[in-house]
Amino acid sequence: MAAVMPAPAASRLLMSGNEAVARAVWESGVKVAAAYPGTPSTEMLEVISTYPDLYAEWSVNEKVSLEVAIGAAYAGSRAFCCMKHVGMNVASDALMTLTLTGVVGGLVIAIADDVGLSSSQNEQDSRYWGRFAHLPVLEPADSQEAYAMTKVGFELSERFQVPVILRMTTRINHVKSVVEVGERETHAGNGFKKEPGRFVMVPGNAGKRIPLMFKRDNELRALAEQSPLNFIEDGSDKRVGFIASGPAYMHVKESFPNAPVLKLGLSCPVPFEKCRELAALVEQVVVVEEVEPLVETELKAQGIKLLGKEILPRQGELSPNVLRPAIARLLGETVPEMQSTVALQVFPRPPTMCVACPHLGVYYTLSQIRNISIAGDIGCYTLGAGHPWNALDTCVSMGASMGVALGMDKGRGESDKDKRILAVIGDSTFLHMGMQGLLDIVYNKGNVTVLLLDNRAVGMTGGQDNPGNGRDIYGDDTPRVNFPALVEALGVKKDRIHTVDPYQLPVLFKTIRDEVKVPEVSVIITDQPCVLIKDYHKMKPYEVIEDKCTGCGNCIDVGCPAIHVTRRGKEVKASGREVDLAFVRIESSVCTGCGLCVQPCAPDAIVHYAPVSPIKLVNMSCGS
Amino acid sequence: MSENTNILVVGIGGQGVMTATEILAEAAIALGHDAKKTEVAGMAQRGGVVSSHLRFGKKVLTPQITPGTADVLLGFESAETMRWQHMLKQGGITLMNTARLVPPVVELGLFDYPEDPLAEIRKSGNKVVAFDATSIAQALGDIRLGNTVMLGAIADHLPFGAEVLLDCVLKRFQRKGEKLVELNRQAFEAGRAAVGAAEAAAA
Repeated sequence: MAAVMPAPAASRLLMSGNEAVARAVWESGVKVAAAYPGTPSTEMLEVISTYPDLYAEWSVNEKVSLEVAIGAAYAGSRAFCCMKHVGMNVASDALMTLTLTGVVGGLVIAIADDVGLSSSQNEQDSRYWGRFAHLPVLEPADSQEAYAMTKVGFELSERFQVPVILRMTTRINHVKSVVEVGERETHAGNGFKKEPGRFVMVPGNAGKRIPLMFKRDNELRALAEQSPLNFIEDGSDKRVGFIASGPAYMHVKESFPNAPVLKLGLSCPVPFEKCRELAALVEQVVVVEEVEPLVETELKAQGIKLLGKEILPRQGELSPNVLRPAIARLLGETVPEMQSTVALQVFPRPPTMCVACPHLGVYYTLSQIRNISIAGDIGCYTLGAGHPWNALDTCVSMGASMGVALGMDKGRGESDKDKRILAVIGDSTFLHMGMQGLLDIVYNKGNVTVLLLDNRAVGMTGGQDNPGNGRDIYGDDTPRVNFPALVEALGVKKDRIHTVDPYQLPVLFKTIRDEVKVPEVSVIITDQPCVLIKDYHKMKPYEVIEDKCTGCGNCIDVGCPAIHVTRRGKEVKASGREVDLAFVRIESSVCTGCGLCVQPCAPDAIVHYAPVSPIKLVNMSCGS
Repeated sequence: MSENTNILVVGIGGQGVMTATEILAEAAIALGHDAKKTEVAGMAQRGGVVSSHLRFGKKVLTPQITPGTADVLLGFESAETMRWQHMLKQGGITLMNTARLVPPVVELGLFDYPEDPLAEIRKSGNKVVAFDATSIAQALGDIRLGNTVMLGAIADHLPFGAEVLLDCVLKRFQRKGEKLVELNRQAFEAGRAAVGAAEAAAA
């Protein structure tokens, strides 16, 4: 992305939490910012890269991004790194030792928890890292706070020489609200100064740093007691007082405007005395936190009497429609009824692959092959688990397809001793954490057929650049990974590496079927770009000749959203068997001519679209 | 906070639902309101369900609309408009594009598309105004104008004048030339007129 003129100070802007953090990062004089894309965190770094006078990068994974930020902070520069919640699982190896060295230049690490699982494989609470790694945790409740706390985070980080966690959730990252922005300050680092006792964490040095970490814990707890980020708002209804943080604070204020509330902005370390102060004001205390009972458990250990997850769910958002009935039950009141009509029943509409997506060819082919197990991975291609393909059997974590496939191979039972094991992984996921798994398959002589779907983009998060497509975050050219050479270097035999066009179904089918029979590791690389990135070129669209369509439904099995059923019927075959028929049309205005559906069409009913008149428009969508 | 206005905009990924809501939010902010806009969307760009929430007023706390409290529901697609009826408050209004976007699970025969979404909504007792935004956009020569038609449709159901919203819409196209600005002005007015005509016919 090209740098743009940032909006002037004092502007009131409608910003998402991600955009607000990006602005604050720029204003704080950050020199280095690094991340790997992941919903709901992705836009932070995307937006940072549009600001001038700093360096931003897509790193190959979250661990590397944190290490890049650590190096910059060691060199005295302000640094920023962000990731989705599961990204910190990958980065935590660096984090757990970083806490011993601390930093010189300020370092803020934004972690975006997907509370409510809008686009993730699990729902974990990143506030645990504050406890585990002995780091302060800031929890904004809206975009303005995300902006302000990012700036506070850098000050805190330098004052205590400690990395600071900015804990966000989807309801902060992606909500747009009003932010008043300020000026950029410059912050010149002094460069890296050698200090082996601090920066070389061998046992002798690390052991001396641990007491310093505990000392810092005490200082931070004292700060949390005094910090204006933790404040009590008194209220007239003393029956229940609340301790809340993050978006849950807004839900408490919305639901119980007259209740006393202790808001925790600096929520780790927990300010015990402040909590006691609130408890003294009210008849009973309820802790409202998303999602695990962390503050609750620590306060109970302090002997403070309160309620939390006994009456509130331990999963998902604590929005007003959850809080109001729970508190009403606690107070013995009648639960307020929703004044709405009954929900009308409508079919589910799960996310689909795009029209002409190169993965369609892969999954159509996999759905036609029997006696296989398919270990999957994280990306658009996880959708292959759904209809009509049902051709993905596992999804665990980034890169897991490799190790899981090897384990399925080595751990075969009687029922699957003859099954062929496949692994499906995307280009960016392979580079993120999959390469090591493939090396393990090679090293341990696994019998796995790996499908490496190289679509030259991090597709699911919006088509970000990565080392596989030869462009950096600014869209500038950078060396492009040579996948065949890379997997060969990892030890896959040259004869077992195939690069295939996923739109050529017969070739793809034959290659997969041949390779699964070979009792060793093979890698089949597909090489067509994501349809959402600039590398993709549209071709002439297709249409269906109505009279020629026999209703066999083969084309529907490809799973392209441009194919629609016009009418259904039944036919009795010569064998006496009754079969369902589905006659189709192609939405030519969205078809980009990939030709996948043409190949399984027996009666040749699909032909290039020939418009009757140049203004024939049949799209039913409402815009782009 | 009952003094806030709650607007729910629904459709499917790729239709421009989130952009439309953002323009509505910009209009509210231009008038000095506090505003929050949020989506309940999964992997939204992949043709899945999108519902975009806008709340504005003196001070907005919770960004999402609680079921049963939406003042206006702006539906970009028929079945999606049906799906979110429970979000409306009693006496709330639905403004609905009659377009149907049929998902692959229906094409595969696993589920049925409702035969008459408009009738179902009417049966539930909610007030609904239906119009064909897609045809209106096509008549103006570009289906991409559908988004602006939808914003025109809601323009007279807001607690502020239509001009503010129109300004925010046109600002988006200023850099793209006078011709596009004019087309969008027409699309906006056509959407406004379509809803006005449908309401007059029902009265």
